[in-house]
Amino acid sequence: MNATPSSPPGIAPLDVERIRRDFPLLKRQVNGHRLVYLDSAATTQRPSVVIDAVRDFYEQHNANVHRGVHQLSQEATAIFEATREKARAFVNAPEVAEMIYVRGTTEAINLVAQSWARPRLKPGDEILVTTMEHHSNIVPWQLVAEQTGAVVRPIAIDDDGTLDLDDLDARLSERTRVVAVGHVSNSLGTVNPIAHIAKRARSVGAITVVDGAQAAPHYPIDVQALGCDFYAFSGHKVFGPTGVGFLWGRREWLDAMPPWMGGGDMINSVSFQGSTWAPLPSKFEAGTPNVGGAAGLGAAFDYVSGLGLDRIAQHDHELLQYGTARLLEVDGLRLIGTSPKKTGILSFVLAGIHPHDIGTIVDRDGVAIRTGHHCAQPVMERFGVPATVRASLTIHNDRADIDRLVESLEGVRRMFG
Amino acid sequence: MDADLRELYQQVILDHHRKPRNFGPLTAPDRAAVGFNPLCGDRIQVQLMLDENDRITDVHFTGEGCAICTASASMMTESVQSKTLDEAKQLFHGFHELLTTGDDPGEVDLGKLSLFAGVREFPVRVKCATLPWHTLTAAAENREEPISTE
Repeated sequence: MNATPSSPPGIAPLDVERIRRDFPLLKRQVNGHRLVYLDSAATTQRPSVVIDAVRDFYEQHNANVHRGVHQLSQEATAIFEATREKARAFVNAPEVAEMIYVRGTTEAINLVAQSWARPRLKPGDEILVTTMEHHSNIVPWQLVAEQTGAVVRPIAIDDDGTLDLDDLDARLSERTRVVAVGHVSNSLGTVNPIAHIAKRARSVGAITVVDGAQAAPHYPIDVQALGCDFYAFSGHKVFGPTGVGFLWGRREWLDAMPPWMGGGDMINSVSFQGSTWAPLPSKFEAGTPNVGGAAGLGAAFDYVSGLGLDRIAQHDHELLQYGTARLLEVDGLRLIGTSPKKTGILSFVLAGIHPHDIGTIVDRDGVAIRTGHHCAQPVMERFGVPATVRASLTIHNDRADIDRLVESLEGVRRMFG
Repeated sequence: MDADLRELYQQVILDHHRKPRNFGPLTAPDRAAVGFNPLCGDRIQVQLMLDENDRITDVHFTGEGCAICTASASMMTESVQSKTLDEAKQLFHGFHELLTTGDDPGEVDLGKLSLFAGVREFPVRVKCATLPWHTLTAAAENREEPISTE
């Protein structure tokens, strides 16, 4: 069961024991057991370097950014802008000015819906979203559809949770203006073929908006290779603080879009005859941003790139294979989402036992998993389940964590007999 | 298996989960309502037959929920049988006290419902146990919109 995982030549396996020591929270006990944290798809834990960077910011550099000539303000601005550059490198964007600070993926998608789509959409225009989207990549489009008379249409998924590309082609038309798609499904783990989708969307003149929240922590992202128009992700899914993330958008779009919120920091000049907008990226960054969060996120980018995203992807893949095999040994377990292209998300149901009961019982064994609809109710409906149990894998998880989950599930089975 | 869990998932509760009583629709209920817990997706319907004095002559439920929700619904249907709507309301009040404080308030005889005292150790599960009762209340008041725990 616990044989050392083999890695292809050239990619050194992650040292999970060492990584685990980087995360102070993982040292704690939960209900008398060593914590097994299998809920990183909801939010990751933070390594010491991130926590230290936030503390260091507030202890040494705290000031508002982009204003004030004093030393601290300059230091804070430098830290803030350094993280923007790291974010650019993280997704391989062409220009740092295309990286817009947001609170997270949800805000980024709302920004695109309100600032790109709302002024452009006409009654009868269509927005395609996949059936596997998180609510945050559905509801902003429903809101803008209500405002403009456009229509939101779902793209179907197959029984294994793979996007139905024939259905995408069938639904694309000259009426399609936006294709909104998750890079990785938070409830199924499916990796969507963004480059293909973006190419097809472009062929009918539609833009592609990618929710990258679940992809960012798992493998290298290259927005230029993907060929999408917008890409959104959250800091707290990549070991950074909550409340800070990025939207990348093509300059041609961002330049043409009106501001999303008005306020300080986003203007060139303000008078009661009218105001003019600051250039990118400030145009979209009204108000004092989460500078402390940005300091932490910068450290998180360094931490992740220090480990190497190719190694992280390899670790994720191996653990997913092991976890899939082990879970299928559990009597009555059905995996929801078995696409050949997946990241480390294991969504499942147990015959006759509600996910809520499973969540409560395994928590008592110190195993943290997510239960519920995962903000993806259309997925639950598609697979005919009210909810699932979801175990999500990351860099500090190993085979022993999976074994603990499986043991605990066996206990659940025994209890419910 | 720890003691709190054993108390939560007692045999009687598991038995009502496996074999829910008064489960399935009534053909022509006098009153009905739907209850929904948006956090976990649980959804149940409660249907009532009443006599001229607002006394419950039959009560059934349908739907899908966790063990706590299903067992609570099942045991509720047994407890409120032949009670007036006012008496059922008092019973819910006592049951709610039990779940949130762990104390049997003693104003009403909770009977087998007192087996749910263990829920107190699991605050996020209180709504699972109360959803059927909120739905019963909505049915008594003839509310048509689904009621929600949130």
